[in-house]
Amino acid sequence: MPLVLNEEQEMLRESARGFLDEKAPVSALRKLRDENNPDGFDRDLWKEMAEMGWAGILVEEEHGGADFGFVGAGVLAEEMGRTLTASPFLSTSVLAATALKKIAGDAHKQEFLPKIAGGEALFALAVDETRKHGPAKTAMAAEKSGNAFKLSGDKTFVADGHVADKIIVAARSAGAPGEQDGLTLFLVDAQAKGVSVERTMMVDSRNAARIKFDGVEATGDDVLGEVDGGYIALEGVLNAGRAGLAAEMSGAAQAGFKMTMDYLKERKQFGSEIGSFQALQHRAAHLYSEIELMKSAILKSLQDLDEHYGMAGPICSLAKAKAGEVAKLASQEAVQMHGGIGMTDEYDIGFYMKRIRVAQEMFGDTAFHTDRLAQMRGY
Amino acid sequence: MSDLETFRKETRAWLEENCPKEMRDGAGGEENICWGGKQWEFQSEAQKVWLERMAEKGWTVPAWPKEYGGGGLSKEEVKILKAEMRDMKARSPLESFGIWMLGPALLKYGSHEQKAHFLPPITRGEIRWCQGYSEPNAGSDLASLQCKCEDIKDEEGGDHWLVNGQKVWTSYADKSDWIFVLVRTDPKATKHNGISFILVDMNAPGVSTKPIKLISGKSPFCETFFDDVKVPKEHGDGVSAVVGEINRGWDVAKYLLTHEREMISAGGGGLLGGRGIGEVAASQVGLEDGKLADPMLRSKIAQAEIDGWAFLLTLERMKDEAKAGQGVGANSSMLKYYGTEFNKRRFELMMDAGGSEELEWEGERTKDGKLARGWLRTKANSIEGGTSEVQLNIIAKRILELPGA
Repeated sequence: MPLVLNEEQEMLRESARGFLDEKAPVSALRKLRDENNPDGFDRDLWKEMAEMGWAGILVEEEHGGADFGFVGAGVLAEEMGRTLTASPFLSTSVLAATALKKIAGDAHKQEFLPKIAGGEALFALAVDETRKHGPAKTAMAAEKSGNAFKLSGDKTFVADGHVADKIIVAARSAGAPGEQDGLTLFLVDAQAKGVSVERTMMVDSRNAARIKFDGVEATGDDVLGEVDGGYIALEGVLNAGRAGLAAEMSGAAQAGFKMTMDYLKERKQFGSEIGSFQALQHRAAHLYSEIELMKSAILKSLQDLDEHYGMAGPICSLAKAKAGEVAKLASQEAVQMHGGIGMTDEYDIGFYMKRIRVAQEMFGDTAFHTDRLAQMRGY
Repeated sequence: MSDLETFRKETRAWLEENCPKEMRDGAGGEENICWGGKQWEFQSEAQKVWLERMAEKGWTVPAWPKEYGGGGLSKEEVKILKAEMRDMKARSPLESFGIWMLGPALLKYGSHEQKAHFLPPITRGEIRWCQGYSEPNAGSDLASLQCKCEDIKDEEGGDHWLVNGQKVWTSYADKSDWIFVLVRTDPKATKHNGISFILVDMNAPGVSTKPIKLISGKSPFCETFFDDVKVPKEHGDGVSAVVGEINRGWDVAKYLLTHEREMISAGGGGLLGGRGIGEVAASQVGLEDGKLADPMLRSKIAQAEIDGWAFLLTLERMKDEAKAGQGVGANSSMLKYYGTEFNKRRFELMMDAGGSEELEWEGERTKDGKLARGWLRTKANSIEGGTSEVQLNIIAKRILELPGA
């Protein structure tokens, strides 16, 4: 498959860009932050996105979705990254939709996929328990008793955890922390007894939560996929999330880069535009090159998720590792090249730096994915 | 069966029948390349036969038009041919500056007579070309070149060009039959506007070469001197010695430089095709608990492999993005910059992993310091064909449209 967007995907990009520029520019995120919005995103905007088919971008048509595949989802994530649009897109439309499509039974699919596509239900994926990502480290207990389970443990860094109606949670039904075997995925109601959610205000003004599970009861019907064999299924879902985050970081990095190039052409010091100075030109040109590499890795990861879902682990790690590194560089250069104004809250560039930092950390930072690739390559 | 599937089947059958066993060892190293030319001595009968058979078919340059000795294949067919050759580990039958550089320049800027005269001998490996661009005082600032070329009428009334000057970094000049040279035909014009692209026989009186010994101990480059060299206006009926318009040689040069950059970067990527750096390092340094025994080196290698993989994907994406026939434009500078810097980094890491053993400059154990010499060779990657700094200037100017200093 050629490593370019097809016509349909290009059209999706154009319409997304037009819509987001108008309805959800960076000023919208600033407003949500300044008014201390309890949801952290605009529910009316999310409804509109659902009407355009974005919420169900991965959902099959039979369940009311647009069925655009991972490349389509990545296009949207990238465009939302450009404008730093706050929405439940990653948690609900990428992570939960992938989990339901790939691992859930028919009953779950029938019930929830149309709701996702309609923008009627919000989901969250609860995996991390410690400050650094590592699904195999999962310690949260899923105690078996007959056909039922009792879930106990603490989850952290759960994107959209405080607004979710449903939580997909990874728990340990067998084995010990550090082992890949013994994990099970559960679909739990956020209102269930024993679930307590604490919204955590993050540096990027977006949503996350710490969630406590205190003897929450689940039945066999609440299990997604296989009991004790949830690790590979979880990795698949996480890979989709990693590629989605990488695409979002790419959009943010490109937008920050564009702002910076515009600034270099207009800001004058020593009697000339600062963009005429070779010290800045070479750094800008290097960053441009890195951004192009990042874009290639991400597009390939999305295409592979569509074409070879089960084999996409390494390429998704490549995309996440490269995007984390390049977007970080882009945000650092953006602030430095803007000089003093880049440090002010009034100027938007800081919002990009903050969002990129959070996206970098989520579902494995560059070090995590670099190590993972080395392991996969046998060294 | 689609036409392309039929083509694949037939190609495979033809290759199976015609590629000698000895040419199926996947040996792609510089020492195994068949360069052709009048001085060329085939390393084996198989190498000769392989070249002849492929040339006959037009497949030494599969994409060139048939009338000039090429294969006339479409982009898709070329892809299939390359893939099939890769599958059977077939060596390339012929490589040369004629194929890489002069050919594309003639195909774009040459007259029909020039193409008909010069291209077929290139495709058959009969004539080996070299490139006369850089001068002692014209490196990064190539357009300031001074090699003089005058329009002379001699006593007998013959019309010719008279070339005087010096070129440097001429790859394999001492082994080549012809040279394409950038010369100054109008010393009064602004520097980009007085340059012409001229074709000169290396056997012409007044042309001499002197190899330059490099830090690798090898001499792939020469100095080339032109001392009152008479170049006929025509190398045959209607075959002008000048490619493109007189004084417009910079257009040809720029086109070729873009082409060269794409090639160098593609080469940098291609080198990754074999074993990964991590795999090689693991066999040298060893593993502990399944991880490279040197954790700092492991981390550096893994980071490099990420960049290398992303770079290969970028080459692929740029090729897919470029519409048929067009190059990748100013992005060739990005590919050249990144590809060559990456190649240097790769060799540094392989030297790190190799440790003291790879420092043996002579002897059978290291094949006379093969890796060390290769490592030193890579230092030229980011200098030749336009330095990294020049590429960054081009990106800043043409792609980012940053203001001039």
